[in-house]
Amino acid sequence: MQTTFAVVAERLRKRYRGGHGATALDGFDLRVPAGTVYGLLGPNGAGKTTAVRALTTLLRFDAGRAEVAGADVARDPGTVRERIALTGQYAAVDELLSGRQNLVLFGRLHRLSGPAARRRADELLERFGLTEAAGRSAKDYSGGMRRRLDLATSMIRRPRVLFLDEPTTGLDPRSRNQVWEAVRGLVADGTTVLLTTQYLDEADQLAARIAVVDAGRVVAEGSPDELKAAIGADRLEVVVRDADRLSEAAAAVARAVGAAPDADPDQRRLRVPVTDRVGGLTAAARALQDAGITVADLGVHRPTLDEVFLNLTRAAAR
Amino acid sequence: MTGVRAERGGALADGWVMTGRYLRHVVRAPEEIVIYFSLPIMFVLVFGYVFGSGMSVPGGGGYREFLIPGVFVMTMLYGIGATATAIAVDTGRGVLDRFRSMPMARSALITGRVLADLSRALLETAVLLACGLLVGWRWHHGAGPLLASIGLLLLLRLALSCAGVALGLVAPNPDTVSMIVFPLAFPLSAVSNVFVAPEMMPGWLGTVSEWNPISATTAAIRELNGNPGLGGETWAADHSLLLAVAWPVALIAVFGPLSVRLYRRLGR
Repeated sequence: MQTTFAVVAERLRKRYRGGHGATALDGFDLRVPAGTVYGLLGPNGAGKTTAVRALTTLLRFDAGRAEVAGADVARDPGTVRERIALTGQYAAVDELLSGRQNLVLFGRLHRLSGPAARRRADELLERFGLTEAAGRSAKDYSGGMRRRLDLATSMIRRPRVLFLDEPTTGLDPRSRNQVWEAVRGLVADGTTVLLTTQYLDEADQLAARIAVVDAGRVVAEGSPDELKAAIGADRLEVVVRDADRLSEAAAAVARAVGAAPDADPDQRRLRVPVTDRVGGLTAAARALQDAGITVADLGVHRPTLDEVFLNLTRAAAR
Repeated sequence: MTGVRAERGGALADGWVMTGRYLRHVVRAPEEIVIYFSLPIMFVLVFGYVFGSGMSVPGGGGYREFLIPGVFVMTMLYGIGATATAIAVDTGRGVLDRFRSMPMARSALITGRVLADLSRALLETAVLLACGLLVGWRWHHGAGPLLASIGLLLLLRLALSCAGVALGLVAPNPDTVSMIVFPLAFPLSAVSNVFVAPEMMPGWLGTVSEWNPISATTAAIRELNGNPGLGGETWAADHSLLLAVAWPVALIAVFGPLSVRLYRRLGR
């Protein structure tokens, strides 16, 4: 089956005028398969939000081409707006209005008739667990409730592509889980979700594919497993009890596995890639024991997405 | 997959929905409008009763009858703050991004705010008319000129509303709005014919005061309703009706397109 793409960006460029004149997007490429959750991962200021604003027609880009839900962003922004929804970093609801009034307002602005907007508002309040709070002002909602109202507002027209810009930043773990559940529900209905996040576990949990963004461009792309595999093999980690003996331990480990480990004196830790998990572990254990070094911890770890991320962004910084 | 089906509607329909939004804000947070009303009522009391005894109106007549048309106009002037604050609050929040990422008319935010301002202005005028009647103000020439006066007030408010939108769009945040509005609005109302007739001011100040747009509408309302304090013998005083139309129209011609341009520029 041929993959269709819900979002395509080719060599997007955006430089902010005035001030520091920073280049926010510097040849940004992206292909988001339809019907999936796609994660844009990157540190603050990497260009994630600029990319989302450009793709949602909020910001004009200087060069490049973008297509969202089958429409050209630069040439036909009206059609794009009909097919997308955006939930930004700051809950985009009217604080003075109640939850229900918000949904009716945005329903009306989506050109639903009054009765249709009210019906849809009630459906969405029910679905996002806000029926009880429907009459309260949005400013009195908790952070999690506000995000859910925000998501509900984005779902009024059942968008083809939903953009979520750091949807769980600043939320407690319980609210974060609620938002994740809501996002999974939307994807089950066929919506494509493009999500930006600084949280690796969030991308790992939700996204089928991830693009790591740094300095305005995508520096790596793939499924979470592919990204982890790309950074290389499993790692042997040794934590010694005595910081003084770290270099001695490093020599012993190097002899055992045939490669020099990275030493982190603050954590009294050594790290070295190994191809043979069990063989590497036993050889290292024996070598350390023979050298008479007391070990506080010893193990073999799969690289975390954190390491992938730090590695990639560090590589880009060089 | 198709979305929930949209029914057709245009920019006007969107603007109207947005008007409803701003009016709902008044209903849900009535404090703002109560505080808003306290200002003109305070002016009537302070100037009408405290200073009023020491004030004289050229050509004779009661000071409060002279004052009330000016208070109507001043209330329209201070409305600029409410407009600019509301717009600055909207542009400073994520909600504007949502509006702008939706398939609605982009003009709706501006037209909605302006229409809501005019609705508020009607309510304000009604309250002030009642206050005016209580303190002795009267319309002496019947309903026609009274309605024309209300029309002039709404026209001025429309102009100030456009200016308020522009101000709200350039203000870095809602808190700075009042810091900009007060030093702007206070001299405009003080150096006008609202409290003191221009001919009683020193030469050049009187001229500035006479040509002030606030004075134009105030003088026109006095003239239309037969209230005391009509100036005379200067061109501006003789043509207050013309100026009361020309000034707002000129302000709309400047600030209307400026607001639209500032609003469009937000995305660049």
